[in-house]
Amino acid sequence: MFLNQNPQLNKNGELHHLLSTEGLPAEILHQILDTSQSFVGVTQREVKKVPLLRGKAIFNLFFEPSTRTRTTFEIAAKRLSADVINLAVDVSSQSKGETVLDTVANLAAMQADMFIVRHSQSGAPHLIARHVGEDIHVINAGDGRHAHPTQGLLDMFTIRHFKKDFRNLRVAIVGDVLHSRVARSQIHALTTLGVPELRVIGPKTLLPSKVDHLGVHVYHDMAKGLKDVDVVMMLRLQNERMQGLFVPSPQEFFKSYGLTADKLALAKPDAIVLHPGPMNRGVEIDSDVADGSQSVILPQVTFGIAIRMAVMSILAGN
Amino acid sequence: MKIHIKNGRLIDPASGADANQDVFIAAGKIVGIGAPPHGYHANRTIDAAGLVVCPGLVDLAVRLREPGFEYMATLESEMSAAAAGGVTSLACPPDTDPPLDEPGLVEMLKFRARNLNQARVFPVGALTIGLKGTHLTEMAELTDAGCVAFSHADAPLIDTQLMLRALQYAATFDFAVWLRPQDAGLARGGIAHDGQVATRLGLAAIPACAETVALSTILLLARETGVRIHLCRLSSAEGVAMVRQAKSQGLKVSCDIAIHHAHLSEMDIGYFDPNCNLTPPLRSERDRDALRAALADGTVDALCSDHTPVDDDAKQLPFGEAETGATGVELLLPLTLKWIEESRLPLALGLARITTDPARILGISAGKLALGASADICVFDPERYWKIEPASLKSQGKNTPFTGLEVKGKVRCTLVEGQIVYEC
Amino acid sequence: MTKPVLPDAEHLLATLTAQMRPHVTAQTGLIGIVTGGAWLAARLHRNLELKVPPGSLDVSFYRDDFQHKGLKHQVAPSAIPFEVEGRDLILVDDVLYTGRTIRAAMNELFDYGRPASIRLAALVDRGGRELPIAAQFIGAALEVPAKYNIHLEQDEQGNLHLVLHPKN
Repeated sequence: MFLNQNPQLNKNGELHHLLSTEGLPAEILHQILDTSQSFVGVTQREVKKVPLLRGKAIFNLFFEPSTRTRTTFEIAAKRLSADVINLAVDVSSQSKGETVLDTVANLAAMQADMFIVRHSQSGAPHLIARHVGEDIHVINAGDGRHAHPTQGLLDMFTIRHFKKDFRNLRVAIVGDVLHSRVARSQIHALTTLGVPELRVIGPKTLLPSKVDHLGVHVYHDMAKGLKDVDVVMMLRLQNERMQGLFVPSPQEFFKSYGLTADKLALAKPDAIVLHPGPMNRGVEIDSDVADGSQSVILPQVTFGIAIRMAVMSILAGN
Repeated sequence: MKIHIKNGRLIDPASGADANQDVFIAAGKIVGIGAPPHGYHANRTIDAAGLVVCPGLVDLAVRLREPGFEYMATLESEMSAAAAGGVTSLACPPDTDPPLDEPGLVEMLKFRARNLNQARVFPVGALTIGLKGTHLTEMAELTDAGCVAFSHADAPLIDTQLMLRALQYAATFDFAVWLRPQDAGLARGGIAHDGQVATRLGLAAIPACAETVALSTILLLARETGVRIHLCRLSSAEGVAMVRQAKSQGLKVSCDIAIHHAHLSEMDIGYFDPNCNLTPPLRSERDRDALRAALADGTVDALCSDHTPVDDDAKQLPFGEAETGATGVELLLPLTLKWIEESRLPLALGLARITTDPARILGISAGKLALGASADICVFDPERYWKIEPASLKSQGKNTPFTGLEVKGKVRCTLVEGQIVYEC
Repeated sequence: MTKPVLPDAEHLLATLTAQMRPHVTAQTGLIGIVTGGAWLAARLHRNLELKVPPGSLDVSFYRDDFQHKGLKHQVAPSAIPFEVEGRDLILVDDVLYTGRTIRAAMNELFDYGRPASIRLAALVDRGGRELPIAAQFIGAALEVPAKYNIHLEQDEQGNLHLVLHPKN
């Protein structure tokens, strides 16, 4: 009902929160990618800092633990000369009666400018964004299965860096799409950016209902799905999903859906391989592919910092 | 008190009456329709010009939150909300804390309710002890204490053998059993309908087959045992199709849907509106349309509010953590009128689904305006718009997905047993 | 005041080139501020036959008006293809006005290293300084009323033109 206006954009159509790649117009996606390009230059200099966000207070609100993502956001914020405060919000303090909104209200009262939120529940950053004051920006660092927009954006940046034009590409996303916030963010960004053919590959137990409504072609046979693709995006399979409730074992998953050199050979010879990390070698991906010449997994990490610097800068300036 | 309601448009779905007729009340009963009895002098006259006079609403599911959940709402607040909604008889589910599985608890509830002098409360007893699904309750004792039926609320009833025994036992005494068809395994962990919205928003899903698989079990066991069965809160197109088929084969079955499912679908979740976290979940638009068609053709017998007040702290949470349910006893009438108007159906049909039809399911003498009947009456303005917002709701629960909506249909006066319990 | 008559940019470029020639060496680093300054730096580099390739600077991340204006939509990457440390540099911009852009450029340059010296070449000096900044090489001093903006454009043939726009 009243919750149907796009909460990410302000009344001028500029980015106000980054909650999801879904609903972001192509111009804004391009703005973020272009701005990131400049920040890549900054990360390659001797002095990797710019004074853009000096005096700003950025709070890392991680309701779900994550050292990797939190660290990249922290590095990005510091390179913008912002002050970073890390809050690993313990689940137990939540059960002591302090709700998500209580926590946020307390922090907002401490002159926060930006919240970077990771939560195990889909929609938590939306809830927070609905309840913060006008001059606080919220960045979603991953909510449940719903979205991980900065990961989606850095994947787009990586693809653009190596492949230039989205409008000529065949892209395949492989693995546990059902549980993956990264996959959803990738799918929305790729369709907005005009990728003509987008495929998801996985067993039926790991693909959500009506996923074709998102604009993808569904494959259960990896050999067919990888044929002639330009970009292969592997997804991580969580431990608890490979113990017999969704797939019987990691070995069986690897047999049908693991990326080996043989399977990669079915794609175009210059196809690139992405993975959001951390990788389960021998489950989603074979070591020789992960470390091979077609893997762009390490550049993804570097670009991740530039993307986050770009997002924070654009938000802080709007 | 002798009350004369004049100039109103009297609609009584049970008899088919729809005409401008006055109503005369004395000693808690209707003593005259159209013309007063000889020597009648009213103490009070209510001018119902431009208003509809219909039987007081009968709501099959109103959670009063006592005992046990008084921090969410109290008997006082929810009964006064019911009165403001024109509801004169209501059934409350057994999922209180402790559940209504002992005669003492039922008696206490009835006693408290009676002292408030508002709607008549009909407790639905727990089918198993503690709603744990392992042991039968003392259904005969509970019936003596005032229970009109037995249900399992939203608690899973996994042991099919026990379900069979419970239905057999109830059938022995001709007690009615109300069951919500939801397969615990298929629904496990889910918070939204398994469709395009849950896929897009990354919400754990409950497939429609969670309802149809359970329905199939319940219908087959009902046929085996001959028990009087009522199915609560259907939500899917396939589900109502199964009920339609069962009825056409002569099975004694009735069913209801919550008013929310007559209007909303998964699309209304929008950007994770926790007010749309409901059980059963809001399904697809196609399901919603099938439910509406089933309401119109009588496959679905009754509309209820499934009134579930939840405090703000428990609702303003990420979607999956928010407490399930919506407040709605005050919205049953206007939302029924909205369905009728949108579907271009007669007003009497809509009113039937919230008066005489639920009364029949409850097995009580209510939901009709007839000579000699209890004067349980709702007088409402069918044209008056009002906005649904926290300030306009009497319930302590302000959790409704309809916040901000302007609706038509304002209750002006509610009478229970000839006494005015609400007036505005 | 009436709308000023603008001088020919190509003519001013020639003036600037002549002024700079005695003061550049084989090691001088030219850095143009995007976009007008970068075009000028490319042309000066050719005219002066310098060995060290020109650099370009986008000062968006160092501006002092970020709070009010935000990030402009197209931030170009800064690119300095030589070592800043210990080098004599000449910053090139099309219009010198308040001096804030030059302040930002100098701050950014110092994040690349410590230059031996920085001088400034501007095609047009329109006065109106808000900071103590001065140019060593000037194509022309021009009085432009406050209600106008003046900047450089480049046509398809690569010729430069000065253009006047009212401020909105």
